[in-house]
Amino acid sequence: MNWNLTEADIDRITLGAGVLGTGGGGNPWLGALMAKAQLAEGRRLRVIGLEDLAPDAQVMALAGIGAPTVGVERMVEGSESARLIRVMEQHLGHRIDALIADEIGGSNAIAPMIAAARLGLPVVDADGMGRAFPEVQMTTFFINGHVAHPSGLTDFEGNTLIVTEARSPEMLERLLRAGTVAMGSAAYFTTAPMTGAFVRRHAVPGTLRLAHRIGDAVLAARAAKDDPVAAICGAMGASVLLRGKVTDVERRTEGGFLRAVLTLGGLDADRGRTVRLTVQNEYLAAWEDGRPLALTPDLICMVDSETGRPIGSEEVRYGLRVALLTAPAHPHLKTEAAKRVVGPEAFGLRAP
Amino acid sequence: MSGLRIGVDVGGTNTDAALLRGAQVLATVKAPTSADVTSGVAAAIGAVIARGGVAAAEVTSVMIGTTHFLNAVIEGKHLQKVGILRLCGRATRALMPLTGWPASLRDAVDGGAALVDGGVNVDTRPIAPLDHDAIRAACRGWRAKGVTSVAVTGVFSLADPGMEQTAARIIAEEMPGAFVSLSHRIGVNGFLRRENATILNAALAGLGLHTVAAFGAAMAAAGLGCPLWLTQNDGTLMTAETAARFPILTLASGPTNSLRGAAFLTGLRDAVVIDIGGTTTDIGVLVAGFPRSRSEGAEIAGIATNFRLPDVLSFGLGGGSLVCLSPLSIGPESVGFRLTEKARVFGGGDLTATDIAVAAGLAELGDPALVAGLAADDLRQVLAAMRLRVEEALDRMKPSSEPVPVVLVGGGAILISGPLDGASAVLRPDHAGSANAVGAAIAQVSGEADRVVVLDGTTREKALAEATETARRRAIEAGADPDRLEVVELEDHPLAYLPGHTTRIRAKVVGDIA
Repeated sequence: MNWNLTEADIDRITLGAGVLGTGGGGNPWLGALMAKAQLAEGRRLRVIGLEDLAPDAQVMALAGIGAPTVGVERMVEGSESARLIRVMEQHLGHRIDALIADEIGGSNAIAPMIAAARLGLPVVDADGMGRAFPEVQMTTFFINGHVAHPSGLTDFEGNTLIVTEARSPEMLERLLRAGTVAMGSAAYFTTAPMTGAFVRRHAVPGTLRLAHRIGDAVLAARAAKDDPVAAICGAMGASVLLRGKVTDVERRTEGGFLRAVLTLGGLDADRGRTVRLTVQNEYLAAWEDGRPLALTPDLICMVDSETGRPIGSEEVRYGLRVALLTAPAHPHLKTEAAKRVVGPEAFGLRAP
Repeated sequence: MSGLRIGVDVGGTNTDAALLRGAQVLATVKAPTSADVTSGVAAAIGAVIARGGVAAAEVTSVMIGTTHFLNAVIEGKHLQKVGILRLCGRATRALMPLTGWPASLRDAVDGGAALVDGGVNVDTRPIAPLDHDAIRAACRGWRAKGVTSVAVTGVFSLADPGMEQTAARIIAEEMPGAFVSLSHRIGVNGFLRRENATILNAALAGLGLHTVAAFGAAMAAAGLGCPLWLTQNDGTLMTAETAARFPILTLASGPTNSLRGAAFLTGLRDAVVIDIGGTTTDIGVLVAGFPRSRSEGAEIAGIATNFRLPDVLSFGLGGGSLVCLSPLSIGPESVGFRLTEKARVFGGGDLTATDIAVAAGLAELGDPALVAGLAADDLRQVLAAMRLRVEEALDRMKPSSEPVPVVLVGGGAILISGPLDGASAVLRPDHAGSANAVGAAIAQVSGEADRVVVLDGTTREKALAEATETARRRAIEAGADPDRLEVVELEDHPLAYLPGHTTRIRAKVVGDIA
């Protein structure tokens, strides 16, 4: 596969990435503008498939880390993520051949594209989550034994931190989080390079195309005045858990995370049903009558029932008309090892 | 609220005027809007004074709401070139000013951008010291090109506005008489959207001065010498001089004035207002007497901004909506202002929502005999469908599942009879047709503060108190009576992924005109 993205592709991918954000992941609006600016400057946004990776190719994951509030205000400089890759290459003593997203859900679907366009590198059509999760170690890469160092962190001024040793992915998350705070709570990070063979075995495949397919389905349904919810279900193999409205929002922040319990009441065919959602940045569990309807790592997505617009957990409020969808997570996220990191117990989920 | 006040709403089609003494509405009038602004406003003011039977000299203040600046942006007319100054250091450079603007508007306002050292971090630590020399150099360039309006946006200027204020002083020295817009007085957190709003404000500088002068001329023509105020997006007032500096903040005051007027006419402070017009129904929410604003930024003529606009849900149901009985459909197509020639009760050939209301005996309009043949079953079905649309929209806008009082205004309010599901009461006040002008006449003065605060070395209570004090000071500066101020909004919203306790604080204070 050798796919050069157009402006229209970027619109579709950002819309689909919003759905795959499962309530978190950040708004990809600024990222989409930056990706389009790359095209306007004559650069290419090239996507390759997992099958195109040579077994010994050197692939690096790149993502933004920090507070969305800072990200939208102290916007990035533009070249810092590409510079970070160059610094890591120097540190490692070898070149990087391709970049990959840690997280397809939300703004981090776009982050590696900006660096790749500037470096003339391709982005791999795959990622480490197939959705969004709140912490660095929650990728299929780390779940499958990827080493936690060296890892790089940089900000808009070029302040750069290289973690040469981290004894566990969880420790890496703590170190990166502390560095990010020192950098004013917005930064980019990379994790250690992976071989093409490792990425081919463990990445969630085809997620850029999946995001594109979802976005395309929504736009086509809107144009044809068809049901965008059904279109999303068709595009991502999701099923509707409930069509209804938000009837209660109970929200707090705790340890830097937005935690909430949302209550949805069914409408029309679902009238009389009540579904409760547990949120920790992302929608992690949906419950009905105290029993789980869907649980992390499976995807739980909320979209506007009329427009198909993805709805993030921070903007949920009483009265929104929504469709709650679920899709099975990729098998890579359902192994015993994965469950320990991204399963219900890892988040301490209990029926609300 | 004492004295004799005139509220005016200058819409695209009609200019409404209302005359109030204290809490009493003496008269309302509707007149066509004129192309020159002045004559239509003067005519409406003259007519409402005459109908109220008062002397012009008795009037103590005039409040005007206008869509003039919104139309200027939408049409891309009367905009001027803007010098765009960013205080950002290395930050923000991934997206240059005017990114994402429609090309025609970008060309109309782009007077050249300068990105200079300055700006602060979320904790107010400077990104870089402010580069005075670079600002001076940029000013000289703009002056050479004849640019006379500058938009200044600093990173996290809502956390610390000091650098924007310093930049304004430097610009005043280098470009005497230039119009300077500072972003911390215009938008909220979110750099690109706030910069866009600030640039738009700067682009409207000349039109702002011109329009305020035209309103002044209209008052003089009507024999009035009292102070002039303009209503802003949140339903509060700015003096004419302030409005000339912040035209962007008056751009969406129309729907707000309708909501505020409806509240006043019923005495309700917390309610949902349903305004059913000829083509659309607008539903807004009053919280403590003010419209609830939208959380996400507003898009104006394709430009993403983040100033607060009232949260209004609009859908295609009105008195002129076309009705089809089989299969049943209502709107969104409407005969609009041609209702009196097209609707069946007026001898026309189109079946409209108004015809259904007349046939069902909900209103007396035109000739009821012309719709006497409609089947009772069909009428019931159409009325039920219209009611359901309104009830669904009401439920969507309600602040909680509790029933709320509902105020029904607008010419299309005849489509709905009796109680509404989800409403604790349905009120239909007098003068509802000119609720917008009434809303302008009763407007108060406000001051606001909206900032991101790191609660290190300070307490939440102290931060809330400081924000309230800033809002009070701004309200007094804006012309409020210091002895009669009221805090109408005070909230903090903890932020995700930030260290310690970082919170966004918003305070709003309102008071009567001093």
